[in-house]
Amino acid sequence: MTLDHPVALAPADRAVQLLGGDLTEKALRLHLDGLSGVDAVGLEQRAAGLSTRSIKTSSKAWALDTIIRTCDLTSLEGADTPGTIRSLVAKAVTPDATDPETPRVAAVCVYGDMVPYAVEALGSLHAAGGESGIQVAAVATAFPSGRASLAIKLADTREAVAAGADEIDMVIDRGAFLAGSFGVVFDQIVAVKEACRRTDGTYAHLKVILETGELQTYDNVKRASWLAILAGADFIKTSTGKVSPAATLPVTLLMLEVIRDWHRLTGEKIGMKPAGGIRASKDAVRYLVTVAETVGEEWLTPQLWRFGASSLLNDVLLQRQKLRTGHYSGPDYVTVN
Amino acid sequence: MGFLEYAPAPESAAILNLKAEYGLFIDGEFVDGHGEVFDTISPATEKVIARIAQADGKDVDRAVAAARRSYEKVWSRMSGSDRGKYLFRIARLVQERSRELAVAEALDNGKPIRETRDVDVPLVAAWFFYYAGWADKLEHAGLGPNPRALGVAAQVIPWNFPLLMLAWKIAPALAAGNTVVIKPAETTSLTAMLFAEILQQAELPAGVVNIVTGPGSTGQALVTHDDVNKVAFTGSTGVGRMIARSVAGTSKKLTLELGGKAANIVFDDAPMDQAIEGIVNGIFFNQGHVCCAGSRLLVQENVHDEVIDRLKQRLSTLRMGDPLDKNTDIGAINSAAQLERIRTLSDVGEEEGAERWTADCVIPDKGFWFAPTIFTQVSPAHRIAREEIFGPVLSVITFRTPAEAIAKANNTPYGLSAGIWTEKGSRMLALADQLRAGVIWANTFNRFDPSSPFGGYKESGYGREGGRHGLAAYLASNGWEASGSSSASRPVTKASKTTKKAVAK
Repeated sequence: MTLDHPVALAPADRAVQLLGGDLTEKALRLHLDGLSGVDAVGLEQRAAGLSTRSIKTSSKAWALDTIIRTCDLTSLEGADTPGTIRSLVAKAVTPDATDPETPRVAAVCVYGDMVPYAVEALGSLHAAGGESGIQVAAVATAFPSGRASLAIKLADTREAVAAGADEIDMVIDRGAFLAGSFGVVFDQIVAVKEACRRTDGTYAHLKVILETGELQTYDNVKRASWLAILAGADFIKTSTGKVSPAATLPVTLLMLEVIRDWHRLTGEKIGMKPAGGIRASKDAVRYLVTVAETVGEEWLTPQLWRFGASSLLNDVLLQRQKLRTGHYSGPDYVTVN
Repeated sequence: MGFLEYAPAPESAAILNLKAEYGLFIDGEFVDGHGEVFDTISPATEKVIARIAQADGKDVDRAVAAARRSYEKVWSRMSGSDRGKYLFRIARLVQERSRELAVAEALDNGKPIRETRDVDVPLVAAWFFYYAGWADKLEHAGLGPNPRALGVAAQVIPWNFPLLMLAWKIAPALAAGNTVVIKPAETTSLTAMLFAEILQQAELPAGVVNIVTGPGSTGQALVTHDDVNKVAFTGSTGVGRMIARSVAGTSKKLTLELGGKAANIVFDDAPMDQAIEGIVNGIFFNQGHVCCAGSRLLVQENVHDEVIDRLKQRLSTLRMGDPLDKNTDIGAINSAAQLERIRTLSDVGEEEGAERWTADCVIPDKGFWFAPTIFTQVSPAHRIAREEIFGPVLSVITFRTPAEAIAKANNTPYGLSAGIWTEKGSRMLALADQLRAGVIWANTFNRFDPSSPFGGYKESGYGREGGRHGLAAYLASNGWEASGSSSASRPVTKASKTTKKAVAK
């Protein structure tokens, strides 16, 4: 072991508050290495236990509406066009044409260059960071791989914010994280956060994607969650949806435990977004149960909880129709976008 | 109403097809008992579920005679693979009727359906499947070539896992070629009666398994019966002692699985969130009615406050109430008498100066309930640190070094189980080596598997159940003369002679 010259890190507020004024990579590493370990068997057992909750009748109705209200309806395809984005927005605004009581989704999530079309299609329904309406979220920082220079990642972010994105879903540099360069990952998040700043001084919300499927171990996920929060994440998010496995219940539980611990420590509430692979209402309800029993049901609002999903919405709508009418319809009774 | 107050999700008791009254199950049939019929009630509502026959001495004689007859005429002559077929059949029928069994167990015992459905009943099936596989492989059990059955086994089981304890007893006994007379606990006979129906469905030869219901006196008549060759008991250390006395001086083989006061040891480098789950599962699983429950939490002093704080927060999310609701975590205490014992010992804990904290649960009007409770500031001298409470009560003791943890963990007359929570593998193994307990869990607790032997040290009993070791309790190695037609128990001298013979061989 050598006494390295301490590498100074960007002085993100939370990290300074927790680790002290002379923020160095070493201080960050000591903190992350000092976190208690995660027992994989125990974590998965707990997640399986939460999955056995039986959510019926009025609780189910509330859960289905909450899934819709907290959904980031997503289209992240190479083949996306202005037309497909307009169609996505139309679905976000009117999820179920047969029932005007159906809540709207929280946001549409698109690539950065599609932001202007989403903003235009939303028109007056664009929430623009406000409480009502639909937000526009953009993936940025060379999504999904994150393999680009910092300058390009920042330009990517600034452009999306300038085009009207209310939320930025960034990816961390998993290569740097796995190589142990926690400082690089940290500084990039801080820089992207700063790139989220609008001309009026407000910030677009920053969701930090850990890509847990590439971090592989639960210990890594725990460290990366802490790192992202310390660097200034408003939300931590499991996955891009482009890597398998994407969101799993144990990973989400673990990240929620970090959010709970941060809240215990500082009183500050960080948001959580599992993304990718959640397709059935039944699975989504299990996530809600996990949130409610880990951090508390006050997290079940669009400000603190999101599902990143594309095909989930229609399954929820089918279940919702079933609750309302008493019988199952079928895929032709919900709209494709 | 908040989301967390999940809407009721009750499993329906209407799926049960219960009789108003159950007789004794002797020689393949339900027969009346000579004792006074008694009620079995739901501890959650105090409502009567069914009436149960009581076996007196004469009934026990009939049951033992039936077991002896079927041992000699049928079961001991049957090939191992044929015995295995019956056991496989029983296992499959348990699976087929699992929902019904889970509901009946929750109803009669008071434990939540979540546990009977996900733990008790699946393990019951697993136990029969596991020992079914052994039935034709007994020469590989480690007892030498051609080991032999003992004869008639008298088995007495407790009320905390009624059906699971029945499976732990019956499955290895039958696989080894013994016949059985079993007595369920007085407050929890119901699932044994359903199991008797399963035996009829499986067409198990009459008399191979006989079930006699009743109070302690029925059990006493059974274990002291002259014509049984093997006694197996799970229950309190007090009763275990009486049984050991009554069996002394006879040739009956005895295994006892008794009380416990397990230490669950949490080091400062433990995987903390999983350790909290493990502590909860260790003592609040099955309302703490678990002989191997982690009732003493030994926590390293430098993380004590954090652990207790997190534990209290976690306990506040446990849901107590209707055992048949699928979202219930904590069910009812099994009986008024047990509730009284838990209350008394908890009051003693407070009087002796420990600090009491109880989760904020709504206690239903009817039934027997006790909210999850933690005592901190407990010293090893306190009664709540020494006596088995057998309820949802955790005593927290601190330690500073591994040596102190070992000394405190071993400082108990019991020795059934222990838990270790640390991320350091070498410490785990070193500790496991020095803890005097039959079962040691590392970074988990209360996990059971039919292939794993289970049993205690010291006042927690002797003999092992489960695994290959569990077969040894029901087999004699070649050279030990198995029970013949003579009905009298053999005197000690003969047993020791046969031991010599085995050694000489």
